[in-house]
Amino acid sequence: MEKKKKATNPTSDDSESNLWSFLTPRGTTASFVCITLFAILVRVAVSIHPYSGAGTPPKYGDYEAQRHWMEITLNLPVKEWYLNSTVNDLKYWGLDYPPLTAYQSYIHGLFLRYFDPQSVALFTSRGYESYIGKLLMRWTVLLSDVLIFFPAVIYFVTVYYSGTHDGPKSGNMWHFAMILLNPCLILIDHGHFQYNCISLGFTVAAVSAILSDRDIFGSILFTLALNHKQMSAYFAPAFFGYLFGKCLRRQNPFLEVLKLGLAVLGTFIVLWWPYLYSLEAPLEVLSRLAPFERGIYEDYVANFWCTTSVIVKWKRLFSTQALRILSLVSTVSTCLPSMMLLILAPSRSNFLFGLLSSALSFYFFSFQVHEKSILLPLLPASFLAIDEPLIFRWLTYFALLSMFPLLRRDELILPYIALYGLFVLLYNAPVQRKDIRETRSHFTTLKYFLITSSLLLHIVYLMVTPPRRYPYLFEAVMMLLCFSQFFFIFMYTNMKQWEFLKLSSQTVREKKNI
Amino acid sequence: MKPPKNHQKQHQQIPKPKANKPIKEILWVSLVATCIKLLLIPAYHSTDFEVHRNWLAITHSLPLSQWYSDQTSPWTLDYPPFFAHFEHFLSFFASLVDPIMVHLHHGLNYKSLPTIYFQRLTVIISDFVLVFGIYRLTRNLGYKERVLIWVLVIFSPGLMIVDHLHFQYNGFLLGMLLISISALEEGNDLLGGFVFAILLCFKHLFAVAAPVYFVYLLRHYCRGGLIRGFGRLVIMGSAVVTVFAAAYGPFLYHGQIQQVFHRMFPFGRGLCHAYWAPNFWVFYIIFDKVLAFLLVKMGFNVQAPTASFTGGLVGDSTPFAVLPRITPMITFGFVLLAIAPCLIKAWREPQPRMITRWIAYAYTCGFMFGWHVHEKASLHFVIPLAIIALKSVEDAKHYFYLSIVSCYSLFPLLFEAQEYPIKVLLLLLHASLMWIGFSSHFATTARKTAESEQKRYDKTRFVIGWFGKLYLVGLLAVEIYGQLVHPILFTERLPFLPLMLISIYCAFGMMYSWMWQLRQIIKLH
Repeated sequence: MEKKKKATNPTSDDSESNLWSFLTPRGTTASFVCITLFAILVRVAVSIHPYSGAGTPPKYGDYEAQRHWMEITLNLPVKEWYLNSTVNDLKYWGLDYPPLTAYQSYIHGLFLRYFDPQSVALFTSRGYESYIGKLLMRWTVLLSDVLIFFPAVIYFVTVYYSGTHDGPKSGNMWHFAMILLNPCLILIDHGHFQYNCISLGFTVAAVSAILSDRDIFGSILFTLALNHKQMSAYFAPAFFGYLFGKCLRRQNPFLEVLKLGLAVLGTFIVLWWPYLYSLEAPLEVLSRLAPFERGIYEDYVANFWCTTSVIVKWKRLFSTQALRILSLVSTVSTCLPSMMLLILAPSRSNFLFGLLSSALSFYFFSFQVHEKSILLPLLPASFLAIDEPLIFRWLTYFALLSMFPLLRRDELILPYIALYGLFVLLYNAPVQRKDIRETRSHFTTLKYFLITSSLLLHIVYLMVTPPRRYPYLFEAVMMLLCFSQFFFIFMYTNMKQWEFLKLSSQTVREKKNI
Repeated sequence: MKPPKNHQKQHQQIPKPKANKPIKEILWVSLVATCIKLLLIPAYHSTDFEVHRNWLAITHSLPLSQWYSDQTSPWTLDYPPFFAHFEHFLSFFASLVDPIMVHLHHGLNYKSLPTIYFQRLTVIISDFVLVFGIYRLTRNLGYKERVLIWVLVIFSPGLMIVDHLHFQYNGFLLGMLLISISALEEGNDLLGGFVFAILLCFKHLFAVAAPVYFVYLLRHYCRGGLIRGFGRLVIMGSAVVTVFAAAYGPFLYHGQIQQVFHRMFPFGRGLCHAYWAPNFWVFYIIFDKVLAFLLVKMGFNVQAPTASFTGGLVGDSTPFAVLPRITPMITFGFVLLAIAPCLIKAWREPQPRMITRWIAYAYTCGFMFGWHVHEKASLHFVIPLAIIALKSVEDAKHYFYLSIVSCYSLFPLLFEAQEYPIKVLLLLLHASLMWIGFSSHFATTARKTAESEQKRYDKTRFVIGWFGKLYLVGLLAVEIYGQLVHPILFTERLPFLPLMLISIYCAFGMMYSWMWQLRQIIKLH
C-alpha cells in the first residue's frame, strides 16, 4: 500500500535509504498507479460503513436526499424539477442545488434504474433502503470520484510540478497522496454520503488549468463547479481577483476580460438552457438555491455567527432579513482584502493563498454554513501542503474535529479513527520532501497542548455525559477550539498575501531601477 | 543461478544506511495496513467468526477437561491445545467487553457490535506477530530487499481476505512460522525447532513440514560425531517433548487425550473441501468425470457415484465412477512421496539458506496432494516464499504468478457484492506493487552486473513472457465468464460451474508452481 511511492533522484546519496526506493526506478507513473489504487481501496473500505440517516424515518439523511433527487429527475420533465407539485413535494428533500447536480442525479438515476428499478420508482421509493441499493449508490459516488476528482488531482500535480518546482520526486508523490487521501473529503463523500468530489474535482481542474495559463478553460471548469454546488462560490473572489489581475497586465485587458466573461456566460446558458424559457423560471430555481428560511446557522458550526452566538444571540437580536444583509456585508468585507491583494499581485502562490483565505471568509461569515463546508477551505490548504505543511496539517486536524459530532451521529467513528490514523501516518511518511520541515520553535509546546486537548475532547465527547443544564457543552467547546484555529489560519493567509504584494512591488521597483 | 548470487553479495557489501530505523519503518508500513484492516471491520465475515466466538465461550465457561468434549454448538473445538489456551486468554478480555459473547448458550450466533469489534481487533493485534516475524527474517538483508519483502507480506491480499474479511488467525500463526524459519536461517536450530513445536500445538495443519524439520534438524543440528550428535538430539528432543507435554499433558491427565485427537483429525470429511481447493485432486476428479462420460458414450454401463467428494466416507460408497477411490492413507502416501526429493536433499546437504525453500515446498506438497485441503492453505507457502522472492529473477517471476493465482483462488470465499471491489483492489494493488518492485529491483541489479552483456541483461530482467501473459489474461477471462457471461447464459442454473472453472484454472497454476519448486530444489545446491 504504499501510497507514497517515492521516486527519488537515483543519483542522490540517500536513494538507498528511502523507504520507497524499491519503486523509484519505475518513475512517477508507477507511483501514480499505486497511490490511485490505494486511494480507491480506502474509499471502498469506508463505503461499507453506514451512511447518514440510515434506518431513521421519516426524513432519513443526505443519502435519502440524493436518492430522492434521482427519483425526481428520472421521473419528471426537466421543467418541473424545481417546482412544488403533488408528485414533487419540495418540503421532502426538494432539489436545492444548481442544475448540474440535477443532471448528475439524472445520470446516476439511470444507472440505478438499470440495476434496481424499485430504488428510484416515483413516490413508492421514499425511504428505500436495501443492500443492493446502498451498494449502487456508493458506486455512483465512487465512479464520480474516480472519473472527476482523481484525474483533476493528477492534472494539478502535473501542472504544479512542471517547470519551476523541483525537489525530490517523492515529495510530489507525497503531495499527490495528501490531496487524494484527504480524510475529511473521504468521510463526507463515502461515509456520510455526498458528491463533493464532483464540485471539488472541477475546482481542482479549474485551478490547474489556470495555473497552466489556460484561463478560458479554467473559467469554464470553475463555472461547472459553481453549477454543481453553489458553495463553490467560496472560491469565486480568488478566481475573479487572480484572473482579473492577470488580464490587467496583458496587452489588451478589456478583450481578455470579455473573453473570460463570455466563456462563463456561455457555460451558464448551456447549463441553464431548460430554464430559460421564461423570466420567472430561472428565478424560481435561484430561490431554491438560497434557503434563507433555515436561519443563519444550524447545529454547532465553527464559524463566526455560531461561535459568537454564545455571547450575542444573533437570531433573537435581528430579523432574518437584517441578518442576510449583515452576513453579506461581513463576508464581502472580509474577502475583499484578499481579492484586492490578488488583483494587485497576481502570482501563482498568491492565488493559492487567496483561494484559502476567501474560502475561509465565506465559511466564517456567510449564511447557512454546514460543518461540511470546511471541505472547501481544506482543498486549497492541501494544494499548499508542500509549501505550508503546518497550515495544512493544522487545518486538517481541526476540520476533522469540527466534523466529529456529525460523523458520530452517522455512526462513522470507526472510519473516523482509521482515517485520522492514516492521515497522521501518511503525513509523517518517511519521505524526502522539499525540505520545509516545520520549524521547531517556541510554538512547539502550544502545538502539543492544542493537539492533546483536541484528542482529549474526542474522548470526553464520546465517554462523558454532558451536564444537564448544558447538553451541548462539548460541542460548544469543540466549536470554540476549531474556530480559534481556523481564524488563526485565516489571519495567517491574509498576512502571507500582504507579503506577496510587498514582494511584487519590490521586484517592480528593482526592475525600474535597472 | 549464479548471477543472482552475485547480486546478493554485491548488495551485502553496500554498507547499511545508518540513518534508517528499520523498526520505525516496518511499524509505519504495518500501521498503514492496520488502518485498512480497521476499515474492513464491518465487512462480511464467514461462519469462522462464529466458530472462534464459540471457542471463546467454551474455553471461558468450561473447565479444561471439557473443552474438547463440548457439543453445544456444531462448531466444536478442533485446533490443538495451545490455540485453545490462546482463546482462553482472549476470552478473559472478551468477558469484559461483552459477557454474552462468552456465554456458552446465550452466545450462540451472537453478533453484537462489541463482539464484532472485539474479535476483529484480536486478529488485527495478533498480526503483529507476523510483523515481528518478517522483521526478524529480513533484518540482515539490504535495505531495498527488506522494504519490498515487508510490503509483499504485510499487504498480502490473501492474508487480508482470509484473516480480515473471512476471519481467521493465519497472520499470527504464519508469524510464528516465520520466526522459526528466521531462527533456522541464522543457524539457531534449537530455537527454530522449539518455535515450530509450539506452532504445531497451535495449529496441527502446519505439521506437513514436520518431516523437513525432522530431517534437517537431525542432519544439521545433531551433527559432529556420535556423542555430540546424540547429546544434541537429546536436547532438541527434550525441548520438543516439553512443548508437547505442556500442550497435551493436562488432557492426558484428565483422560481426554483420545477425544482431543479425535477432534483434531476428523477423517470423516471428504477428499475435497466444499469449494475445491485448486490442487491435484481437481484433475483426478475431472479425469474421472470425462472417463465416465466417454465410457457411457461407448455403451458401457457406468454406475453414477452416490457419494460426493466433499462428504465423508460413508460405508463403501465411492464418489468416483471409474477411477479407484482415494482414501486418506493414499493422499498421505502421495504427500510423503512428493516431499521425498526435498528430504533427500536435506539429508545430504542440510544448509540453512535452503530451508525456506524446503519448508515452502513441503507445504506446497501438502496443498497439492493432501486430504480435505482448504484453499486457504495456499497461504502456508505463499507467505514464506515471499522471503526468497528476491533471490533471483526466476524466483521473482514464480512468486509473481503464484501470489496472483493463490489470491485469485481465494476469491470465491467472498461472494457478496459489497466485498467484490475490495478483493479486486487488494489483488490489483498487490500485483502492481509486486510488478513495480520486482522490475525495478532486477533492472538495477541487472545493470550493476551485466552492463556490457546485453543478453545477460535481458535474462536478468523482470519481464513477463508471452506464456505468463496468456495465463493472466486467461485468469481475467475466467473471472469475466463467472461474473458476466455465466449469469447471462445460465441465469441461476449451474451455480457451481464458475467455481469449478476457477478451481481448475488455478490448479494449473498451482501445479506449475509445485513442479517449478521441485525443479529448483533438485537444481540448487
